[in-house]
Amino acid sequence: MSTKLNKEQLAQLVAGDIAAGSYVNLGIGQPTLVSNYLTAEQNITLHTENGMLGMGPVAVGDEIDEDLINAGKIPVTELPGASYFHHADSFAIMRGGHLDVCVLGAFQVSATGDLANWHTGAPDAIPAVGGAMDLATGAKEVYVMMSLFTKDGKSKLVPECSYPLTGVGCVTRVYTNEAVFLIGPDGVRVRETYGMSFEELAARMDTPLLSSV
Amino acid sequence: MLNFVDSAAEAVAGIRDGSTVLIGGFGNAGQPMELIDALLDGGATQLTVVNNNAGQADAGLALLIKERRVSKIICSFPRQSDSWHFDAAYRSGETELELVPQGNLAERIRAAGAGIGGFFTPTGYGTMLAEGKETRLIDGRGYVFETPIHGDIALIKALTADRSGNLVYRKTARNFGPIMAAAAKRTIVQVTGIVLTGQLDPEAVVTPGIYVNTVVEIAAPAKAVKEQGNQ
Repeated sequence: MSTKLNKEQLAQLVAGDIAAGSYVNLGIGQPTLVSNYLTAEQNITLHTENGMLGMGPVAVGDEIDEDLINAGKIPVTELPGASYFHHADSFAIMRGGHLDVCVLGAFQVSATGDLANWHTGAPDAIPAVGGAMDLATGAKEVYVMMSLFTKDGKSKLVPECSYPLTGVGCVTRVYTNEAVFLIGPDGVRVRETYGMSFEELAARMDTPLLSSV
Repeated sequence: MLNFVDSAAEAVAGIRDGSTVLIGGFGNAGQPMELIDALLDGGATQLTVVNNNAGQADAGLALLIKERRVSKIICSFPRQSDSWHFDAAYRSGETELELVPQGNLAERIRAAGAGIGGFFTPTGYGTMLAEGKETRLIDGRGYVFETPIHGDIALIKALTADRSGNLVYRKTARNFGPIMAAAAKRTIVQVTGIVLTGQLDPEAVVTPGIYVNTVVEIAAPAKAVKEQGNQ
């Protein structure tokens, strides 16, 4: 069980789990860190929702081109083999099930794979959804990266989401600092834990857990 | 009918109050800044604007919203660190918001241009953005019915037009341009350069000229402030 993972270690873990040759979309925020740990041998092609496959690293200095940005509107670079397409095609790539993996952040994930990551439900909040619902619904595998516990110690992997949903039954894995969870038809299985035992983890969560550790 | 004009002001002349205006761009990439400025100067108001965002900082669409010329915006991601003009207009109730998941927004625009009366999409099923909409189970999966978004006007930016109105774009600035061009009754394009008919490789044309009505060359589009780091 070793020790609790930091954000970089978590990103490295996710990167290592992505199969060679995959087409992948990394969500804005923490999932972006995953790109730092993808290796050339993995030959991963990154998709960005604003209309590109073959996205390269963040642009620096003279590479910065205002016509070449990622979904977070950050200037990026293109790799050999890159392609550009319009927005409807870009989302057809998602919705049509062509992406192997997308990695997203989350407020909450339910035991059946429901995802809540776009809206806190606060009545005065200006809602903004972007491509979150399309990504959650379309990719073959949806991995979530998040801290497992809120600041006041409540698990964000819950029996049922209390925040407004982004997608229903779409999340297949949850990567957290304390454990990796696999969500399947039989329930939530703990693949491994970090910094605590399976029993300690299970005692802190309302969601029934299956053990594979 | 295709025409070429000499200024952004001429290009947007005749846009009426109450029009639905599709505006291309994702952030600043592909945003037809000079056409939007000309629309602002032209005075049309009570507009419904369709764009991915709701304006950034103090330029382009943000200024149109600041001047309260936009009565409704249909977009996917209005809330940004520098969307203060939209935030104010929304909170005061002066600008109505229809929030649409980004892929549904794109497909609704595409559907309009393709003559599709609506479509069932899995995106948004089971969420609050599907509330009140028709749903259907197809092969055991839930789908939501979405309708096309037609524009009276499209304002888009491309890299190059030829004299037949064919367009090519540049990198991720392509974004909404091709689908908006097809979805509007009148499509107005600002381009960085115009070439003679025959000088664009037909295999490389992204938007065929049939979708284009008005072209204006803006040789040096306004540069976005790179330091902004818009999210």
